[in-house]
Amino acid sequence: MSDAPTFFMLGASHHSAPLALREKLALTPEKIATLRGRLGPAAGVRELAVLSTCNRVEFYGVAGATAVARLEGEFCALQGVAAADFAGARRHAAGGDAVAHLLSVAAGLDSQLVGENEIFGQVKDAYAEASAGGAAGPVLHRVFQKIFQHAKHIRTHTGVAEGAVSVANVAVELALNIFGQLDATRVLLLGAGEIGEKTAKAFQSRGAAGITVASRTLGRAMDLADTLGALAMPFWLAPVKLGDFDIVVGSTAAPEAVVTRAAAAAAMRRRPGRPLFFIDLALPRDIEPAAAELENVFLYNLDDLAKIADANRAAREVEVARARVVVTEKAAQLWKQIGPRLAADGGGAQGAAGEASHPPVAG
Amino acid sequence: MPDFTDRQWLWLAAACYLAGFALGTVALLRGRRHSRVAMFLTLAAGFAFQTLGLALRGRAVKGCPLGNTFELFQFTAWSSASLFLVIGATFRVSLLGYFTAMLAAVLTGVSLAVPAWDAAQRTHIFGANPWIELHAALAVFSYGVFGLLALTSAMFLLRNYSLKSKHVGGWFSFLPSILDLDHIGVRLLGAGVALLTASLAVGAVYWVPHPETVNVAKLLATIAVWLAYAVALGLRLGGALPSRRLAWACVVLFGAALLSLAPVNSSRHPPASATTTPPAASEARKP
Repeated sequence: MSDAPTFFMLGASHHSAPLALREKLALTPEKIATLRGRLGPAAGVRELAVLSTCNRVEFYGVAGATAVARLEGEFCALQGVAAADFAGARRHAAGGDAVAHLLSVAAGLDSQLVGENEIFGQVKDAYAEASAGGAAGPVLHRVFQKIFQHAKHIRTHTGVAEGAVSVANVAVELALNIFGQLDATRVLLLGAGEIGEKTAKAFQSRGAAGITVASRTLGRAMDLADTLGALAMPFWLAPVKLGDFDIVVGSTAAPEAVVTRAAAAAAMRRRPGRPLFFIDLALPRDIEPAAAELENVFLYNLDDLAKIADANRAAREVEVARARVVVTEKAAQLWKQIGPRLAADGGGAQGAAGEASHPPVAG
Repeated sequence: MPDFTDRQWLWLAAACYLAGFALGTVALLRGRRHSRVAMFLTLAAGFAFQTLGLALRGRAVKGCPLGNTFELFQFTAWSSASLFLVIGATFRVSLLGYFTAMLAAVLTGVSLAVPAWDAAQRTHIFGANPWIELHAALAVFSYGVFGLLALTSAMFLLRNYSLKSKHVGGWFSFLPSILDLDHIGVRLLGAGVALLTASLAVGAVYWVPHPETVNVAKLLATIAVWLAYAVALGLRLGGALPSRRLAWACVVLFGAALLSLAPVNSSRHPPASATTTPPAASEARKP
C-alpha cells in the first residue's frame, strides 16, 4: 500500500478473532471519542468511521499507509492489546476491496448469522456517528450512501435475508402465516423460562396485542410480566382461559402436558373460525401432540422450529454466492466513480475497479 | 385499433391470461415471487381485450353475450378477472393473480378450443325485456365471484396443508395467511350469494306471472346452486362450518356450478323473437 491517501478498511471480526480478543477490542462511544482525540488532525487520517459490534471492530476511512499504521498503533494502545495479537487477527483492505468488504458487511454476508438485519443498522449508526462528529468527508459520504442502497438491493433481490433463522423468529413467521398480522393477537406464555421470554419478546417486537404470563410460581410470572410489560395469570387458570388467546407458548418444566387435547378442543369451541397456534418449546412437552389433530389448531414443537430454522439457514447459504457476485459488481462500479476522483484529489486510488473481485486482503 | 373479430380479441385475452399463468409458474419454479405489477398489467390487458371481444359479441347478438356455453365460460372468466383487478389491488393477496390467471386461461382456452360450444349464436335471447338480461348477467357474474372464491379456497387448503404438515418453505411461503384467506373467502361467499339472490329475485319478477316459460331443470339447477352456497354461508356465519370444510365446499360447489351451466344453457327456450345464427355468418367486427 502506498502512502497516498485512499479508502481503507482495517479491523478484526469473528472470522479471525476469537471471542476473548474481540472482548478486548470492542470500542465504546467514549473510547471512540478518545481515539479520535489521540489521532488528531496531524495523524493523516482524513476521514474515519468506526464500526464496533459484538462480532467486529472495523475502521473505514481515507488515509495513507503510514496513517493507517498509526491508527492501528493508537487503537492497540488504547485497548491495551498487544500489537502482535491484533496483527494475528486483523484484516486490512484498500480501494475497491475495502468498498466490497463494507458492502458485504452491510448486506449481512460477512455476519456470523448470514443475512441478519441488525448489522445494517449498526453500519448506519457508525456512519451517523462519523457524520455527527465531522469525521465523514466526501468519500465516506459517497461510499456509505451508495453502500446502503446496494445493501438494500442485495437483501431484496437475493435470498440472503429470507426466512427466519432463530427459533423465536421462526415462531413469529409461522404466526404471521396464520394470522397475517399480529396487532390483534393475544399471546399466552406458559412458564417463565428464558426461551419462552425470548419468544415472547420476539412477538412483542412484531406488535402482538397483549402478552400474559402464567407460571407455576406466580411470583416468577409476575416478575417476567413486569419485565415484558405484560399481565400475569395464575397457572391453574391457563387451561380454562385458553380460548381467549391466539398464540400459546409452552416453556414450563412440568413433567406432564399442561394443555391436553380436550382443553384445546374446549378452547376451539369458544373461538369458532379463529385459529389457535401452539408453540411448544418445553421438554417434556407442554402441549399434548393430539391437539394438532383439531381443525384450525397448529402445533409446532422445538424440533419443528429448529428444522425450519436450519432449512432457512441452508437456503441463505446457497444465496450467498449470488449475492457475492452482486457485491463484486456494485463495489467495482462504485470504486470506478470514487477512485479517480480520490487520485485527482491528491490520493492514490488504490485498487483498480477490477481488484474489487478479490476478497479483502487479510493483514 | 385493429379490425379484429370478437373471437380474435378473445384469443388475445386468452393469450394474456396464459402469459400471466406462465409468468407465475416460471417465478414459482425459480423459487421467487412473481412481479405483482407485471401480473396485474397482464391480467388487465387480458381483461381489456376480453371486454372488447365480449362487447363486439354483445352487439352482434343484440344483448348480453350469454347465449351459449362458449359465451357463459367467457363471461365467467371475465367476471373473475374483473374482480381480481379490484380485490387483488385492495387486499394485495399474494398468488391470487397467479390463480386468477390460471382460472381465466382455462375457462377462455377451453371455450375457444371447443368449437361446438360456439356452433350457434343466438340473438335476442332476452327478447325486449332488460330485466331478464339483468337477471342472467347477475347470475353469471355471481359465478365469476364463486370462481374467485374457489381459488381463494384452494389457496386456503394449500396453506392449511403446509401449516399442518410443517412444510412452510418453498412456494408455500408465497401464500397469504390462513386467516386472511378465510376472511376473503367469507366476504366473497357473501357477495356471491347476494348477487345470485338478486339475480333470482329479478328473474322471479318476470317468471312468477309466467311459470310456463320456466324450464324445471334450469330452475332446479339454479336454485340448488343458490341454496348450497346460501347454506354454506349460513353455517359458516353460525360457526357450524369450520374454515377447512367451507373451503372444500366452495371448491366442490364451483365445480358443480360450472356443470350446472350446461343444463341451464341447453334448457333455454328462446323467445319467439330469438334467432340462431351460425358463427361463420356472425363473426362480429367493430362497426
